[in-house]
Amino acid sequence: MSPAEFVAHEARLLDERRHDEWLALFADDGRYWVPLRGAAQPEGAAINALADEDLLLLKLRVERLKSARAHSQHPPSRCQHVLQASTLTLDEPDRCELRTPFLYIESRGERQLTLAGTTEHRLVKVGRDWRMRLKRVNLLDAGTALPAIQLFP
Amino acid sequence: MDRELRARQALRGRDIAALVEDDRVHRDLYLSDELFRLEQQHFFANTWCYVGHASQVPAAGDYVTVQVAGRPLVMVRDADGDIRVLNNRCAHKGTQLVTDEHGNVGRFFRCPYHAWTYRLDGQLQAIPHQEAYASTRLLQCESGQGMGALRHVAVYRDFVFARISDAGPDFHAYFGDVLAAIDNLVDRSPVGRLRVDGGVLRNLVHCNWKVYLENINDSVHPMSTHESATRAAGALWRDQPDDAPKPMAMEQILPFGAGHDFFDRMGGRVYPNGHSVLGTHFSIHSGYAQVPEYEAALRAAHGDTRATEILQRSPQNAVCFPSLAVKGSPQTIRVIRPLAADKTVVEAWSFRVEGAPAVLFERSMTYNRLVFSPMSVVAHDDVHLFESIQHGLRAGDNDWVSLHRDFDPAELAGGVRDVNGTNELLMRNQFRAWARFMTLTMEP
Repeated sequence: MSPAEFVAHEARLLDERRHDEWLALFADDGRYWVPLRGAAQPEGAAINALADEDLLLLKLRVERLKSARAHSQHPPSRCQHVLQASTLTLDEPDRCELRTPFLYIESRGERQLTLAGTTEHRLVKVGRDWRMRLKRVNLLDAGTALPAIQLFP
Repeated sequence: MDRELRARQALRGRDIAALVEDDRVHRDLYLSDELFRLEQQHFFANTWCYVGHASQVPAAGDYVTVQVAGRPLVMVRDADGDIRVLNNRCAHKGTQLVTDEHGNVGRFFRCPYHAWTYRLDGQLQAIPHQEAYASTRLLQCESGQGMGALRHVAVYRDFVFARISDAGPDFHAYFGDVLAAIDNLVDRSPVGRLRVDGGVLRNLVHCNWKVYLENINDSVHPMSTHESATRAAGALWRDQPDDAPKPMAMEQILPFGAGHDFFDRMGGRVYPNGHSVLGTHFSIHSGYAQVPEYEAALRAAHGDTRATEILQRSPQNAVCFPSLAVKGSPQTIRVIRPLAADKTVVEAWSFRVEGAPAVLFERSMTYNRLVFSPMSVVAHDDVHLFESIQHGLRAGDNDWVSLHRDFDPAELAGGVRDVNGTNELLMRNQFRAWARFMTLTMEP
């Protein structure tokens, strides 16, 4: 799978609610990060995030979604990533980085939320496969008052 | 409901007061657009609302824009170093003087529309082509009086509050001893200073602000509301080796699964005017790892007795009614900003504790991210239920919301009272204050 195909595949797993398969795309030290200042936030700056999760916390999220007592999933949330073509910003045999502008729609019941932004993937080769060391989601409006975002932009 | 309210000609104080009974409240308090309009006009004008923190405006000319009681305001540091809260409105046509969230205006405000200028205390400085006003009555009327500074502003240990109306108790009489909760937070700094840092998490919740505020005092909900999050966390943590260091996230999420008995025994205290402290004995925050060198610094700064008092007190939540909830540890505040009967913004702010190790700031940011972010797995279930209440309350002939738990007629005497942590007095007390400040400036 090429890096660009990996990015498309990753989004598809989320849209199809295949969360366990999605988790398996992370490297052991993988991180999912939605910084509060979006693209303007330097890495390592002492600024908060909407989400900043290692594998343990991501597993917690995914396990919770399976629970019948996850009240906020009655009715369940649905999501759709609409991706623009990815651009490789670092291209080496064992690691690469990509930028992918996106629209993200999350809906639940009759309420629909649309978010725009750019995802930055930092991939590493583990064996023959690409794995995510970092998925950074730069939302256009991360700092504004937002309703609940229950799945994964 | 709303229709009925509108049908009565003009709502009088006694009509409003009848909506709050000793042990229950009318659903119109959550549903009625007309009552929300009256809250903006009366209730939020008659109470002391949180505006911002002085550390957000460190230098002269620094400002932040906020909205209180539906009025656009600007909190600014003036040339003398004092904090002013001004109407964010040009006296000429009504343009907002500043529209960014924060910034620095320099030595004066300048309206972008016709270039009227105002000093940092809101006084009119200059009007272009002043001669055209020479023979008019501009300077004798309101439009010649500047932006207008709020007369009732209090800065308590860098927490800035304002009351819009001239009615009601002064700042210290209004808050009384609940201010000790702010002391507990600020005194966690050996030098007695906090700084807002790390950004603010903003949540848009489609519920009435009272649903959110009373939940801050609801210690019975975590077991059922947060079951999915705490069970998932517990199951993951069970798989870890015994000697694994507990990550901060687990340290903060796992205690949400504590049982009814834990929350009941933590204790609560109510104060006059709606304020409260939940967790007077202990709380879900009591078990955070201690930091020895920090404790030593705190003892050196405040003395043994005060330092012990500060460190042993980690209430779940203190509510400075109606707009501010404080956690002494971790150092965070929530600010409730009502937008409509069914729309509320909740802000979660983190503090850097001056003179304390970085781990305290990290705890503050981590807690806000895990529990008060729009992406929080803990908050998702809360928010769903708040929004569910906003819909569900419309059903049926029952006009009332129950607040009966542990009701005791003796509590009607008011004053400061200590109760069990699951006692709904912590909410009844809020509604009694609501009725008082809502009707304070109405026809009886």
